[in-house]
Amino acid sequence: MQRLQGIAVSPGVAIGEAIVLDNEGFRIPRRFLTRHAVRNEIKRLEAAINESTAEVERSRVRIAAELGDDYASIFSAHAQMLNDPRLREELEELIRERHYSPEYAVSRVLRRYAKVFQALEGSTMAERASDIFDIEKRLLRRLLGQKREDLSRITSEVLVLARNLTPSETASINPKFVRAFATETGGPGSHTAIVAEGLGIPAVVGVGAFLAEVSGGETVIIDGDQGLVIVQPDEETLARYRHEVDHQRSLAVKLQELRDLPAETTDGVHVQMLGNIEFPSEVEHCLARGADGVGLYRTEFLYLTGGSEPTEDEHYEAYASVMKAMGDRPVVMRTLDLGADKLPHLPTPEDERNPFLGLRSIRLALKHVDMFRTQLRAMLRASVHGELKIMFPLVSTLIELRRAKMVLADAMEDLEEEGVPFDRNLKVGMMVEVPSAVLMMDHFVEEVDFFSIGTNDLIQYALAVDRSNKDVAGLYTAAEPAVIKLIQMSVDAANAGGKPISMCGQMSGNPLYTMLLLGLGLRALSATPAALPEVKRVCRSVSIKRCQKVAAHTLRLESARDVKNYLREELNRLLPDQPL
Amino acid sequence: MPVYHATRIVVVRHADGLHARPAEMVARQAMQYKSRVELVRDQRRIDARSILNILTLGAECGVQLIVEAEGDDADAAVEAIARLIESEFTTEAPSHEQRPCGDGG
Repeated sequence: MQRLQGIAVSPGVAIGEAIVLDNEGFRIPRRFLTRHAVRNEIKRLEAAINESTAEVERSRVRIAAELGDDYASIFSAHAQMLNDPRLREELEELIRERHYSPEYAVSRVLRRYAKVFQALEGSTMAERASDIFDIEKRLLRRLLGQKREDLSRITSEVLVLARNLTPSETASINPKFVRAFATETGGPGSHTAIVAEGLGIPAVVGVGAFLAEVSGGETVIIDGDQGLVIVQPDEETLARYRHEVDHQRSLAVKLQELRDLPAETTDGVHVQMLGNIEFPSEVEHCLARGADGVGLYRTEFLYLTGGSEPTEDEHYEAYASVMKAMGDRPVVMRTLDLGADKLPHLPTPEDERNPFLGLRSIRLALKHVDMFRTQLRAMLRASVHGELKIMFPLVSTLIELRRAKMVLADAMEDLEEEGVPFDRNLKVGMMVEVPSAVLMMDHFVEEVDFFSIGTNDLIQYALAVDRSNKDVAGLYTAAEPAVIKLIQMSVDAANAGGKPISMCGQMSGNPLYTMLLLGLGLRALSATPAALPEVKRVCRSVSIKRCQKVAAHTLRLESARDVKNYLREELNRLLPDQPL
Repeated sequence: MPVYHATRIVVVRHADGLHARPAEMVARQAMQYKSRVELVRDQRRIDARSILNILTLGAECGVQLIVEAEGDDADAAVEAIARLIESEFTTEAPSHEQRPCGDGG
């Protein structure tokens, strides 16, 4: 049994069979052979080794002819590795003595070598691990032949383990069968985290190099509450977690009963429950959990799939389908919120040494006005299908906001001239996620219809911490008193100016903070749909008066740890069965 | 039939250490002999025919290894492998471009 610590990004616990993805979705059968199958399986392994060697040899000859012997030498090393007598002995022993399938034996043994290489000092030595993974893939391809399953073809329940998950990989995953994710890289707010939250499945990221320790088919536990990945758990651990899963299920049933009940506090104050979505298909999740609308539609997905910039019609199709599905419920669409590095069809910026402080989001949109206008036109066109609101992200100065509004006004004029219908009374808002915006709220209230606090970035910019950097990730927390003060300032300024304000970062989906946020005066919370029921449950169990007391006390605390401890105590007193 | 035993201490001379290509050459060479050939680094002893095990030694440039062989061609095996490891894995004489490590130049 091995316990690996990562960063918890999506709550819940899942137990099941692992599928290890390293850029190729191999599904390794961990079946145990019958005694009389052993001989044939060893033959199958030998055939795979011989075929792979021939394949490598062909590559060597080709590369040698094209690029010269030096480049080809790595292939002769690979061929030597494939035919390593020790490797063969080890593999045959596992098949013969332990009755492992050849696929499982290959994966087990080679990953053990990879792990040794990864631990070696000196980069050239550590690089050998990638050779090992390459050989592993080669052999598995041969062994599994046509039986390979890619992600979209998984047909039984699995837990996905990967180095990281690309947007295209996550988009191809069939959520019906994927029960949880764990990845080596990434931090809170990484793509994997967002997708896992959207699917409502447990996820742990930033575990560090651990794929060498797991083979496909092994039993794994992913604990998205504690940020743990447990490989080959012992019986006692399994039993404990099975109990936990049962408990989750009964709580889920309880939460499901809340679906059609309003999020109303015990003293009769209504709280708007909104969903964050990334794909049009997630609208279903919002409706299934009784969301009052979409508080944040992240439109990045359109730019990340496919190699070229999406056309106006492609944008429109996606937006219109969300609007139609939501009926008369409001939908807040956020304009492009990506770094230039993520957009292959744009020129790479020269000085992008610090992407978080660089050309991204609204800045990028204002630099590529044509691209921005395309998106705005599509949003305007989709606004005829319901209550659509447009929101600009990462606004840091008044001038920026005014420029963005001008591009929007231009797009409106163009549509008017073309006779294309759109909602003239459409509301325009901005995200509050840069401290400068908080400080200028009294000016911003004059110029927008609504605000939404994006805590993920606000925390990052307020505390000057890169949340994807493992070494400083500990500093990144919504519980930091400075962050709470910024939220308080934003809410007070919006309320004073009579403009609605909501919150759409991860903080709003964490029941730990619900009382505090209501106490600070927030009356609209937007979170990943999966988190809504728990937040709603807190809202329905507490009075605003009590929330105000909690907020007042929290504002007197000095450290994130004190804040968390205090809020845990309060939540525990309110709802003893709520997992913390 | 007597069993011969031969031992030699060598220092890795290749600038990149015993990485893929040199390890491959050692493994290939070891397979040429009937004797069992082993490399020892500190307390670790591995089969010299196994490229993977050679790589696990992580023998960087300047690392001292012991080459040991047991069998009726043990002398020849140790001789050949020691020469290979000490010679920077080239058949030519070292040129100016191919500086061995640690000569301060």
